[in-house]
Amino acid sequence: MIRYALRRILYAIPIAFGVSVVCFALVYIAPGDPLQTVLPPDATAETIAIVKHAYGFDKPLPMQFLIWLGRVVTGDFGVSIATRRPVILEVADALANTALLAMFAVPIAFGIGYAMGAVAGSFAGRWIDRVVTGAAVVGVSLPNYWLGIVLVIVFAVEYMLLPATGMGPNGSTGFNLLQWSNARFLVLPVITLSMIPIGILARTTRAAVAELRNQDFVQTLRAKGLSEWAVTRHVLKNAMPQVMAVMGLQFGYLLGGSILVETVFTWPGSGFLLSKAIINRDVPVLQGTILTLSLVFVAANLIVDLLQSLIDPRIRRA
Amino acid sequence: MTDYSSVIPAKAGIQGRRALEGRPLDPRFREGDDVEPLDKEQALPATRVRGYWQSVFYRLGHDPVTLVFGAIVLLIVLAAVFASLLAPFDPYKESIVGRLKPFGWRNHPLGTDELGRDMLSRLLYGGRVSLLMGVVPVMIASLVGGMLGVLAGFVGGRTNTAIMRTMDVFYAFPSVLLAVAIAGAMGGGMANGMLALTLVFIPPMCRVAETATTQVRALDFIEAARASGARTMTIIRYHVLGNVLGPVFIYASSLVSVAILLAAGLSFLGLGVRPPVPDWGLMLSTLRQSIYVVPLVCALPGLAIFMTSICCNLVSDGLRAAMDVRM
Repeated sequence: MIRYALRRILYAIPIAFGVSVVCFALVYIAPGDPLQTVLPPDATAETIAIVKHAYGFDKPLPMQFLIWLGRVVTGDFGVSIATRRPVILEVADALANTALLAMFAVPIAFGIGYAMGAVAGSFAGRWIDRVVTGAAVVGVSLPNYWLGIVLVIVFAVEYMLLPATGMGPNGSTGFNLLQWSNARFLVLPVITLSMIPIGILARTTRAAVAELRNQDFVQTLRAKGLSEWAVTRHVLKNAMPQVMAVMGLQFGYLLGGSILVETVFTWPGSGFLLSKAIINRDVPVLQGTILTLSLVFVAANLIVDLLQSLIDPRIRRA
Repeated sequence: MTDYSSVIPAKAGIQGRRALEGRPLDPRFREGDDVEPLDKEQALPATRVRGYWQSVFYRLGHDPVTLVFGAIVLLIVLAAVFASLLAPFDPYKESIVGRLKPFGWRNHPLGTDELGRDMLSRLLYGGRVSLLMGVVPVMIASLVGGMLGVLAGFVGGRTNTAIMRTMDVFYAFPSVLLAVAIAGAMGGGMANGMLALTLVFIPPMCRVAETATTQVRALDFIEAARASGARTMTIIRYHVLGNVLGPVFIYASSLVSVAILLAAGLSFLGLGVRPPVPDWGLMLSTLRQSIYVVPLVCALPGLAIFMTSICCNLVSDGLRAAMDVRM
């Protein structure tokens, strides 16, 4: 187990390195000079040279990358062009807000998706399977940004039960989960966010359960005289590693991919920060957010892999 | 990991024989297929054996769900292609007095948008951009990713390591994030959006092709083909591609709905087409400010995205079942 874990952790290092190369390169695929936003339009050639030197843009690319990487490793992502705050603080605040959403969306998605998939898989081919599978396809195909708007139309505009956007009266700093006046701002974004993972998890679980039920060991269990419920428990347990792998991926997506939903609800999370950075052409924030989110995603995958190998020894030997 | 043996037998020969001897071993036939039971006494040539494609079309023909949703997809595509004939109004024609009107207002069956443009016409025209941004990246990505994957899988060794580890790096980004990052860094626009989506889809496409190729390559009939003097290109063309195209095609078809969602999402964030070009994602984003005025009209572009995406998903599921590709 420890050997597998070490190997898996070592393997994550080159991936993380590759990710940072891509994030660094993002600035250079951008059209135009990255200094354009800093320099006045009538800057003389001399000023340009000085600024270029100050930002280190006069050095060769690999050197620039190494300098940037060295700063990033120590947690220095630069300063936001828009707010003049250190990027690391901006990203940390935003990530905490996104994690708050994910904290609720993940268990909801896992619970409902797994239950739906288990029912559908256990009754594969019957009407209940068709109903659940149909619902799961709807979940997978929903543009969640649209669902968010529809939910706002229904619950905020028509019935005025829940707030449409934002994080409540105290903003993101004074957000208090235990007060309903704050917590109700979570309801619509969390529902919106969990739809796609529910669909994906239901489909994965259904496929895994339906396939496991056809395997020989299930027949053996039945032959032994186990009740249908006990057999189902065995099947569900065996479906777990596969479902968990998908769940881990979805957790990563919820952290990184919630940009659209956060934009709809103007939730001050990492995705919202990213879309603001794009609009403002705030390169340090853009770079910092993407790098942080992808590293979190790499870490999430790593943790899922390790958990999976804890549950399922076959993975360790592979 | 993934078992592609189900798509192989059509070419494999050995299992083709088994189809005649014992039905259950032949994956082309499954429970519920209309096959006469094999009588032990019966002479072999009397049994009906369908070719692979014959059985695929047979199964598709008996799958009403896929047929119906396939027809809807076709209708959506036709509506977008013939938008200029179907649209009752010019999608760019603005009207100061006719802003944000509800369904059925003065010959506008689906109302008007925030600049008084006819919603039905804009939805029809918007389908062009949305479908194009959904389909083109998937096609390019299947081509590029598929070729890279076959190369990696067939050559193996260091080439495989180099290609697949590079792909792993792109896998480390959540797909929405990568698309937004690339499109955002390049400054938006339709071409950049499509390029971003293509880059997002190449790694998964490559991985599917690589897995399928690696599995086929290890099978005996490749060895047999080589022993009988077939050139490498011939082996790749007939034996490898014949067995890899199925999974690649099915995976690509499942990506179309994802691509439509993502493309509309990019436009929604302002990273796709630029106004005033009609596009579902962009329409949804500009109408978002007006949900208090005409909520139903504002929900329409998203409904179009949703309908297209769900139909594509169901058709892809049906094709997968019919072609019996497992992933």
